[in-house]
Amino acid sequence: MTVTLIFLAVIMVTVIVWLLRQTLNVQPWVSDAAADAVSGASLPTHTKTIGLTTFLAVATSLFALFVSAYTLRMQMVDWRPLPEPNLLWINTGFLVLASVAYQWTRGRAIKGHNSAVKIGLLVSGILSILFLVGQLIAWRELSGAGYYLSSNPANAFFYLLTAVHGIHLLGGLYVWARSTVKAWFGVDTEAVRLSIELCTVYWHFLLLVWVVLFGLLLAT
Amino acid sequence: MAYVAIADRDHEQEHHDPQTFITKYVWSQDHKVIAIQYGVVAIFVGLIAMGLSVMMRLQLGFPDSFELIRPENYYQFVTMHGMIMVVYLLTALFLGGFGNYLIPLMCGSRDMVFPFLNMLSFWFYLLSVIILLASFFVPGGATGAGWTLYPPQAIAAGTPGVDWGILLMLGSLAVFIVAFTMGGLNYVTTVLQARCKGMTLMRMPLSVWGIFMATILGLLAFPALLVSAVMMLLDKLVLTSFFMPAIISAGEQLSYSGGTPILFQHLFWFFGHPEVYIVALPAFGIVSDVLATHARKNIFGYRMMVWAILAIGGLSFIVWAHHMYVSGMNPYFGFFFATTTLVIAVPTALKVYNWVLTLWQGNIHLRVPMLFAIAFIFTFIHGGLTGLFLGNVVVDLPLSDTYFVVAHFHMVMGVSPVLVVFAGIYHWFPKITGKMFNETLGRWHFWLTFLGTYSIYLPMHYLGFLGVPRRYYAMGNTDFMPASAQTLNATMTVAAIIVALAQFIFLYNVIVSLRSGKKAGSNPWGATTLEWQTPDTPPKHGNWGHSLPEVHRWAYDYSVPGQEQDFTPQTVPASEVPVGRDHGVTHE
Amino acid sequence: MTLAVVLIILVIGSVVFHFLSPWTFTPLASNWSQIDDTINITFWVTGFVFVAVNLFLAYAVIKYRAKDGAKAVYEPENSKLETWLTIFTTVGVVAMLAPGLFVWAKFVDVPDNAIDVEAIGQQWHWSYRLPGADGEFGNADGRLITSANPFGLDADDPLGQDDILVNNAEVHLPLDVPVKLNLRSKDVLHNFTVAQFRVKMDMVPGMETHMWFTPTVVGRYEVLCEELCGVAHYTMRGAVIVEEQAAFDAWVARQPTFADTQAAVAGNAAVGAGQYAVCAACHGQQGEGQLALNAPKLAGQSPWYLKRQLQNYKGGLRGVHEDDVFGRQMAPMAATLVNDAAIDNVIAHIQSLPDNPAAKTIEGDVAAGAKNYAICAYCHGPDGQGYEHMNAPRVAGMTDWYIKSQLENFRNGVRGAHPGDFDGKQMGYMAKTLHNEKAVNDLIAYINSL
Repeated sequence: MTVTLIFLAVIMVTVIVWLLRQTLNVQPWVSDAAADAVSGASLPTHTKTIGLTTFLAVATSLFALFVSAYTLRMQMVDWRPLPEPNLLWINTGFLVLASVAYQWTRGRAIKGHNSAVKIGLLVSGILSILFLVGQLIAWRELSGAGYYLSSNPANAFFYLLTAVHGIHLLGGLYVWARSTVKAWFGVDTEAVRLSIELCTVYWHFLLLVWVVLFGLLLAT
Repeated sequence: MAYVAIADRDHEQEHHDPQTFITKYVWSQDHKVIAIQYGVVAIFVGLIAMGLSVMMRLQLGFPDSFELIRPENYYQFVTMHGMIMVVYLLTALFLGGFGNYLIPLMCGSRDMVFPFLNMLSFWFYLLSVIILLASFFVPGGATGAGWTLYPPQAIAAGTPGVDWGILLMLGSLAVFIVAFTMGGLNYVTTVLQARCKGMTLMRMPLSVWGIFMATILGLLAFPALLVSAVMMLLDKLVLTSFFMPAIISAGEQLSYSGGTPILFQHLFWFFGHPEVYIVALPAFGIVSDVLATHARKNIFGYRMMVWAILAIGGLSFIVWAHHMYVSGMNPYFGFFFATTTLVIAVPTALKVYNWVLTLWQGNIHLRVPMLFAIAFIFTFIHGGLTGLFLGNVVVDLPLSDTYFVVAHFHMVMGVSPVLVVFAGIYHWFPKITGKMFNETLGRWHFWLTFLGTYSIYLPMHYLGFLGVPRRYYAMGNTDFMPASAQTLNATMTVAAIIVALAQFIFLYNVIVSLRSGKKAGSNPWGATTLEWQTPDTPPKHGNWGHSLPEVHRWAYDYSVPGQEQDFTPQTVPASEVPVGRDHGVTHE
Repeated sequence: MTLAVVLIILVIGSVVFHFLSPWTFTPLASNWSQIDDTINITFWVTGFVFVAVNLFLAYAVIKYRAKDGAKAVYEPENSKLETWLTIFTTVGVVAMLAPGLFVWAKFVDVPDNAIDVEAIGQQWHWSYRLPGADGEFGNADGRLITSANPFGLDADDPLGQDDILVNNAEVHLPLDVPVKLNLRSKDVLHNFTVAQFRVKMDMVPGMETHMWFTPTVVGRYEVLCEELCGVAHYTMRGAVIVEEQAAFDAWVARQPTFADTQAAVAGNAAVGAGQYAVCAACHGQQGEGQLALNAPKLAGQSPWYLKRQLQNYKGGLRGVHEDDVFGRQMAPMAATLVNDAAIDNVIAHIQSLPDNPAAKTIEGDVAAGAKNYAICAYCHGPDGQGYEHMNAPRVAGMTDWYIKSQLENFRNGVRGAHPGDFDGKQMGYMAKTLHNEKAVNDLIAYINSL
């Protein structure tokens, strides 16, 4: 549980310190003209960004708990590590490139280069789909070599962690598909830009999660 | 992105007024309608769970008298009662119901920031309830694994519902967690970003603080339940061995090997303990507002109350293993978890002191919501203090898994929050419906519920001292229990039936008051918070008419010296307070 | 006002209830008096807070109830008061926690002179193992469990050969000797609890847990399972008998070692045939049973069950209740079998008899009976074939009138009344789920249909 505890400690400390800083020296019962003028929003960002950040905290909690369970279960005697297919390195490459492509698209979108955005979106999406396809092939390789889900907890965790990560990426691709359609056929460039900004964050997050998971699988 | 001024933020949200009955009341994106939908469904399943508890009490009070309550059924009732009450009633009602209704109104916003997601949240919740209830009707019936669903027993032979019931339970929980996450993202973001001008964090009513912190806890803790549910599903369906060691079932070796049931317990309680506070923190917040309003006094030590909520929220993640003192985990953990558990008592006790001190030197109007709120203080003190027994690792040894535990958590997590639920419903009923409830019926409901529940759970602690184990379908004859213990059980059953019947007074009151209650003004209690300052009662879609409110003071300006009225709404600027003619005689 | 008065009455009533309640801790029978002391400290601290805060609450409600023209005092906070309350609470918490942790440190630290005893849980039975002469347990693993090796001991481990196996829910412990109770489970979670000892611990399949205590009072104590372990959780009872060292040693000497159980020779059917002549008078030449003589069918019955019942009759665990007319007839018959070898021989002969389904004498609603049988199936098997592992005999194809009479006996406490007959007691709980004769007839009609 150490992993989860560290993550939660970080997040709870961040939340509480931030809230305390907002509240520590305030005497709310004293009338305060400065407070009267304060806008209600606590953070100078778009609400959707806050929503996404909150969701990323939830998703991180989920992955941290899976990792905790992994490390706890690993200590049992029947743990037999499984070989990581080399394909995973290639898949990692796809995901890194997808993330880079999204970052580039984001830069184009902010500058308003709509045609570059269209291309950038397509490239990011295709790279992400290649990652997913690569993961599926890795699954097939492993099960072809006799490493089934139920034959050992190490295998079970491998399939489970990659599946959960893949499902998160699929969710991202749904949003990607919507913004791509809008970028190619729509008119609302403002909405597309926001969507790209959020997706970029999300893709970086999923890349980070994948690097951590892959590192964990390699290290054990 | 550039900072957007508050006036512009009002346009970030789109508010198409719903046109048809369907979009207004069914596929509604209005937080108030969603809140009511959540509330109605939660109370409906709560009634089912209450019925199950009556069945259990009948068996315990009068063993072997009812042909319809077989041991399988009993364990199914235990499981479903627990899970429904904790998750599908209390969590859903406090956050989906009260949270949805109060956050936008108390913060001065037009709606939740993601109304569509909010609507989806309700429909996922309803789906999870339907899946859960469906498990009664599948072959083998609902799962009888106890609400903690501990493996291996939850998915091994010898437990009712091991084929379908457990699958539906885990599936339903997964759907519920998705629903909760969609709602939770809304609550957090709305509190952070959609407050009206002048509503600084420290001007927020404690209800919002409680719900806000509870939502953060829920968002971080529910994944633990999801993780354990997914892993258990895999153990059940594809025979992985996450939690399942090599075991024998019905005389045969199963193919599992090496898994560890303790891992599940860690994951479950990593969710399960914060879950206690997911229910308790909103209750803390709501009761604070009810007490302040009806005592005509500011909440005492507001800042301490806020920090206590933050401290409790933070600490609630490092106490989980106090549910596992006798689970066989490394016994040295006991030192750490006993310490953290008793430390959490300090901020909790401070909250209790501050509630009592809020009444001190107040001007207490004992209306129905206030009765419930004060009764909550009483039961919560009782439940909190018994928690100090169970949290202290060595005292837990004799008491763990006995009726003392059952009595403790019902007092602190059942009776107390439910009293707050009623305090809240009676308090905001005039705002939600525009009608006053019937005061006499409300009082009957209060007295029967309060005295009835206390006479169930006070004696129950003593069965625990005696050593009566929980989750026993029948005690039978034992060497060490006096026969009078059974008489006590029968008495508790009678009390439970009275309490259950009393809830129909409440339902009747709601229906009668809705149809023919006296029309309520916009602010019948003389409250300061924003929800009572809406232009319409009940508030219309968008809440605030043409322009958003502006806040000029904290939420607790009651009986401010030198002001004419004994309350000053948050929207009144300093320059507009009627000053001077202060008739009132201040106590002392 | 009423509320305040009621609150005061509830506070006083709770305190009075506490002191007058006959329902309180059982008399302590172990060394853990310090646990009781910690509980007492906790009572005093929490009791003081309960009374003080609630009376103050009630007083506030009376004193500051709404009056015309009254106005509340405006006091946002009072740091001094809040600081004092924090300190006061912290002191109270420390006063409870410090002794608690002190005692827990003792619980965690097993004394060196503790003797080892192992308790094993399974759905829904207890069994025990002692390390034997060498003082060390042999290896055990759930995967080695078979009907011949119900403890799952490793036959190749020399340490295990002298392990003493107690295949019974009752264990004896010596007085005033610290016991380290090692806990194992074969299937799901269980929990070993003796209320009078104050300590308890879960039994977790796949791992070993432990706890320790020193029994300090001679007597018989009921063991309860306190972790939900399935539908018959509440019937999982056992017993600990605390006795002087000499009596304990004598009891140990009567128990078989692992080597003994593995070396047991099979019964001799030819020799048994001779002894069976006595039985045949009532149970019939073919062991088919005779209703007229109230003798049930024996042929085809699970051999381990026949053996246990014969032992029960011989040992006075069965056939002693005054209302058990036929059981009392059987007891002297069983006594004619002088030792376990004689029993094994008779059973070997019975096993050689032809197993023809008994005649059906009871009518009932098979569909309704299927529902009643659902709970039976966990132990007796979906086909009524019985599971030795679950201590449940075969019921299908056996004499139905006998099953009916035994269900009646179980329900009325005529059978299973002896404290040592744990299986009988368990069946007593189960038989009570059949509320009337119709339920029994339906059940048997269903069993007849299997």
